[in-house]
Amino acid sequence: MTNAISEIEGNEVLFVIGSNATEAHPIIGNKMKRAAMNGSKLIVIDPRRTELAQYATLWVPLNSGTDVALINGLMHIIVKEGWHDKEFIEARCEGFDDLLKVIEKYTPEYVSEITGISEEMLYETAKLYTSTKKAGIFYTLGITEHTTGTDNVMSLANLAMLTGHLGIENAGINPIRGQNNVQGACDMGALPNVFSGYQSVTDEKVVQFFEDYWKFKLNRNTGLKIPEMFDGSHEGKVKAMYIMGEDPVLTDPDANHVRAALEKLDFLVVQDIFLSETAKLADIVLPAACYAEKEGTFTNTERRVQKIRKAVEAPGEARPDWEIICDVAKGLGASGFDYKNAEEIFEEIRATTPSYRGMTYERIDKNGLQWPCPTEDHPGTQYLHKGTFPKGKALMKAIEYKVPAESVCEEYPILLSTGRMLYHYNITTRFSEKLDAIRPYELAQINPVDAEKLGLKEEDFVRVTSRRGSIVTRVTITDKVKPGMMSMTFHYRESPANELTNSAFDPITKTGEYKVSAVKVEKVKDMQGEAI
Amino acid sequence: MVTFTLNGKVVSAKEGTTILEAARQNGVDIPHLCYDKNLSSFGGCRLCVVEVEGAKTLIASCTNEVREGMVVRTESENVVNVRKDIIDLLLASHPEDCLTCEQTCNCKLQDYAYRYGVKRSSYKGAKKNYPIESLNPVMERDQSKCILCGKCVRVCKEVQVTGTIDFVNRGFETKIATAFDAPISTENCRLCGQCISVCPTGAIVNKQLKGTRPWEVTKVRTTCPLCGVGCNFDLNIKNGKVVGVTPNPDSLVNGTSICVKGRYHTDMISNPDRLKKPLAKKNGEFVEISWDEALHTVTEKLKETKAKYGPDAIAGLSSARCTNEENFLFQKMMRVAVGTNSVDHCART
Repeated sequence: MTNAISEIEGNEVLFVIGSNATEAHPIIGNKMKRAAMNGSKLIVIDPRRTELAQYATLWVPLNSGTDVALINGLMHIIVKEGWHDKEFIEARCEGFDDLLKVIEKYTPEYVSEITGISEEMLYETAKLYTSTKKAGIFYTLGITEHTTGTDNVMSLANLAMLTGHLGIENAGINPIRGQNNVQGACDMGALPNVFSGYQSVTDEKVVQFFEDYWKFKLNRNTGLKIPEMFDGSHEGKVKAMYIMGEDPVLTDPDANHVRAALEKLDFLVVQDIFLSETAKLADIVLPAACYAEKEGTFTNTERRVQKIRKAVEAPGEARPDWEIICDVAKGLGASGFDYKNAEEIFEEIRATTPSYRGMTYERIDKNGLQWPCPTEDHPGTQYLHKGTFPKGKALMKAIEYKVPAESVCEEYPILLSTGRMLYHYNITTRFSEKLDAIRPYELAQINPVDAEKLGLKEEDFVRVTSRRGSIVTRVTITDKVKPGMMSMTFHYRESPANELTNSAFDPITKTGEYKVSAVKVEKVKDMQGEAI
Repeated sequence: MVTFTLNGKVVSAKEGTTILEAARQNGVDIPHLCYDKNLSSFGGCRLCVVEVEGAKTLIASCTNEVREGMVVRTESENVVNVRKDIIDLLLASHPEDCLTCEQTCNCKLQDYAYRYGVKRSSYKGAKKNYPIESLNPVMERDQSKCILCGKCVRVCKEVQVTGTIDFVNRGFETKIATAFDAPISTENCRLCGQCISVCPTGAIVNKQLKGTRPWEVTKVRTTCPLCGVGCNFDLNIKNGKVVGVTPNPDSLVNGTSICVKGRYHTDMISNPDRLKKPLAKKNGEFVEISWDEALHTVTEKLKETKAKYGPDAIAGLSSARCTNEENFLFQKMMRVAVGTNSVDHCART
């Protein structure tokens, strides 16, 4: 997030797109609802009638995957009406003229046709978003989990730049991150193209710094991204994998492809706290300590680095992940893996990561610090891009709308979207007896119109089939989804939605199009999928 | 700033501060049951009444602001007598089961009865006798213990913005209920349990914390391991086991708010299915092996792969669920010990 969570209630307009915050990020969702109750205006852009949509001044139920067209259309109106921030664009941006050329053809009429949103509503949305400077954009995976995920994000950046809703309090562009430490894992360089602090593995100066620091000759080739790893296995190029604390068989798109890739490896080691679906395929499984059994830090969605503290002992012989990694690295003959505790590792993070340099365990003990925090007397950074961008002028990159990789057809007439829900979090909360008791099985959402066509009653069983797989689930009948649309979570190994999802990837991020798959739905008798 | 006299001492507070908050800021604790600084003022319990010179009656300190020159007495004889009467009245319809109540030593009604020396109620009359509602998996409601402070109603409406519950009926019959008095369920409630956190008595309890006495529990503040919001809360530990979660008011991101997942997830920490020993697959079945054997196998296999196919034939997935320290080390291991940049995690999937 460019801004802090504490700023949410101060936003006069919240532009929430592809984010089901009250279920996936409940505490942020509460703040958004409170903002709405206290007079802020909510624009909720989502094909589903989410809980937030009920608090919205404008609910914009666009057709799935038409985000770029919508945003271009909003920018078209904003420019035509002269609602853009000419001073901000002049002083801080480049590429405006190219942007103008592209958005020219995104007239309300054209955009209305693509998105299914009326011209009046497009106009109202543009007007409301530009009615105040304190207008922040909030997005989640509804924006990124598309083949056009990168385009979607850049389009939102264009919109914020065009209106100057950036670099100030209560505005900005705010991705709400999914996992507890997905921000931190990226910051730490658990990525194939960068070291910690987003320092490129192909920048010779950077590589030399790390070579000097680690006293080791480093590989200069960019590594493989997750889907490339699985493809690499299928192609025989990747022979061994080490997977720590992830369950790609359940969480990655096109699960059957992932499973086959892992089965094809010569060697798979999985380190986890439970025997996950992925761990079941491993040659060696290493038992790890969970967050309550070790020390360390997580970085949240607003870039705040916070402590976790050891509360209890790990069960049996389970050990903290960092201790296991050190033993493996030393076993492989590497030096520089002798740490007494997590704090010693954090000291190395500080030494090699400019944005974390000013943080110490002592400083972050109580309430953490938000990066960038370059020196020990720096207070941390509440919001980014004040006055200037890291690269000087920001580029407005004109983007054309592209259709999703898959669309509904006669054979697969229903559009499936996936996401999280309130009572579960990814895979592991199923191991919580309480949370599992609250919601023990999948309830796929389907519109009453489709339910009637299929002869379905509440909690009936259906078989859902896509071009990639076929699963069985129960349904709940609700107008939260439009006719012709179905929504599922990915929390249930008994109804693994990712056997259905499309692994057509965004060309840059290699993120799968979890939000758009074409499926067919048939009524069945039970969870075994026996036909009626 | 306004200057006023508090129990004979001249003190000051910011304009617009309630007498209760101004007193708190100046080290004077005024008892209260229905007041919470995160919620709107209700002024219902009247326990926070104070004497203000020139006022005709005692006034509620939670709803009245300090004014310049005000002379306030928080524990005068008159005030103390009124408070005793209020506690006496509250106890009149309250079950006398403190010995077995889950909330013992964590109950504000009990605290104030102790503070003002009210041993038992002097009134003999009808007691509330509602059945205990325990149909959902996570919380139990005993309306007989409810003192109608309304904090649960306000936290649900103002903080959680759900509005599941409200007052119904009148007089002695008044109680807190959902629409149509249906039991709490996912149909009408998000099960966040914020009402549990604010309840001053044992009327709403967290089922996970039943059977733990406050003095048996140690608390460790931590950051939630679920979504990316980064809420902080206290893990409650009894006999070396995490038994539940309670809010930590110092938490910057979430204050005292916790969602359903954050509040109840901790039973998975001690789930018997946790991995406890390294496993190796032998003839298609997992068998337990020693750490020495496991680490030896892992390192030998990785070395073998690297020797035969080069370092880029090995790929690693780090984890958005693990700590920064572990992610940093994982990428360092892949880059230094293995020699490849093929390290990634689920940020993109």
